[in-house]
Amino acid sequence: MVKSNSNNMSAVIVNNISKKYKVEKSQVTALNTVSFEVLKGELFGIVGPDGSGKTSLFRVLTTLLLADSGNASIEGFDIVKDYKIIRKKLGYMPGRFSLYHDLTVEENLSFFATIFNTSIAENYDLIKDIYQQIEPFKNRRAGKLSGGMKQKLALCCALIHKPSVLILDEPTTGVDAVSRKEFWEMLQRLKAQGITILVSTPYMDEASMCDRVALMQNGQILAIDKPDQINLQFSKPLWAVKAASMYNLLKTFKKWEAVESCYSFGEYYHVVMKSDLNGSDVIKSYLLQQQFLDIEVHQITANIEDSFMALMNKSHD
Amino acid sequence: MINQNVIIAEGLTKIFGNFVAVDHISFEVAKGEIFGFLGANGAGKTTAMRMLCGLSTPSSGKATVAGFDLFKDTEQIKKSIGYMSQKFSLYEDLTIRENIQFYGGIYGLSKKQIQEKTTYLVEQLHLQNYQNSLVKSLPLGWKQKLAFSVAIVHDPAIVFLDEPTGGVDPVTRREFWELIYDASERGITVFVTTHYMDEAEYCNRVSIMVDGRIEALDTPKNLKKTFNSLCMDEVFLKLARKAVRGE
Repeated sequence: MVKSNSNNMSAVIVNNISKKYKVEKSQVTALNTVSFEVLKGELFGIVGPDGSGKTSLFRVLTTLLLADSGNASIEGFDIVKDYKIIRKKLGYMPGRFSLYHDLTVEENLSFFATIFNTSIAENYDLIKDIYQQIEPFKNRRAGKLSGGMKQKLALCCALIHKPSVLILDEPTTGVDAVSRKEFWEMLQRLKAQGITILVSTPYMDEASMCDRVALMQNGQILAIDKPDQINLQFSKPLWAVKAASMYNLLKTFKKWEAVESCYSFGEYYHVVMKSDLNGSDVIKSYLLQQQFLDIEVHQITANIEDSFMALMNKSHD
Repeated sequence: MINQNVIIAEGLTKIFGNFVAVDHISFEVAKGEIFGFLGANGAGKTTAMRMLCGLSTPSSGKATVAGFDLFKDTEQIKKSIGYMSQKFSLYEDLTIRENIQFYGGIYGLSKKQIQEKTTYLVEQLHLQNYQNSLVKSLPLGWKQKLAFSVAIVHDPAIVFLDEPTGGVDPVTRREFWELIYDASERGITVFVTTHYMDEAEYCNRVSIMVDGRIEALDTPKNLKKTFNSLCMDEVFLKLARKAVRGE
């Protein structure tokens, strides 16, 4: 791992960050020696379920929470020493809507612009695409906006001071498939303007929208790479299997000792066998023997969720 | 049973002022079916679900849930259903056992039934070693599975699940669906909303709401055929993109 400040291609450098919380009498490790770098202009995703440490990590990077150990820098500035400079350079959209409910859309935006000594007019270009979608409602109070509109307003407020690094904590959580797609298209356009974007998501399928991703679980990073590179690391043959009576099929796979793992994926089960030999034939003949009908078995390449689960199991061993 | 449909809705409508949130929806759900209820944000899913749970009186239309009339028998409906949302309603300061016992009591189970249920659920969820731990100390995925089990502690005719799997890790998400299959095998009808389109494939039938109306309703297989799509994600995008109204 490259030490802080040594690489001027990196917008964000995170070095062995750890953070523990006290809960009751026990300690919970939120972040366990997390290290990674985000290149300038990169769209970098942190993908992991709730409780994996994504928000803690972002709160450390946005200078809102002190880590127990480790260090990190943003655009070459130390997150502890230089926190005042960093706050000017960062745009942050927290997971919880944190704008002023009783100010209007326009008032919220000009409030955040004023805090950063700028004006809506000055950086209008940057937010124009997004703001135009909510401008018809500019006199509506933020608390009265729908979820999707709140999200767009929050993004505008995070961008209004023209940050060089944008940190977005689960912007697409609870958002339907159509709006999620639109949001990612919006991020692609911001990236094209040269902004470095660090975004977290619990939706595994969104990994493919990022240049690189870090998969996170239990405060640890399981893997960092381009999404398709991560999938190439899935070493064993993977079989998509379906048959009539899917729930019985699942129960059969769970009981069969030759199976290493079996997970449902849409209309198929994705199955890994303990032995790599002739997986397709072995599965077919076994299922025929068990009286299954309409059996279909074919080999597939792993997707990000397959990879994530394989890495999760590996880290438990 | 004479009537195998546990939900029958005919022209169910909810109007707020001059806004038609739910616009004449008609559908039936069979006993033991896993019924996926999809739609974009603002399509009217929550409003429809609140009506079916007896929490909101329809503006017009007809419906029965578990054989009870949605206009007259809402109290009986509430006793015949279970409900779980992403913000599940477990008591963080009670233990696993206490939560099960509490909900058993609320739903009017006898002492003996509560005892049996508690033992059964703790075993089914493999929580034997944690039954006396406070719920707040549990990982999210365990809470979610417990919340589901508690929602069906009284063996309701129907359980309504409102985005039950948001944010959980992929392994737990699948374990959760195994609980759903198990409930459905025991004859409990499962009415579920989700934003994960792969989960739509796990349903027996799926309806997709657009602008307050049900635009499509069929098995995942037939929907993919009808809309000439490879996966449910594609079906959903094709339909939901037609939406005119915002959230």
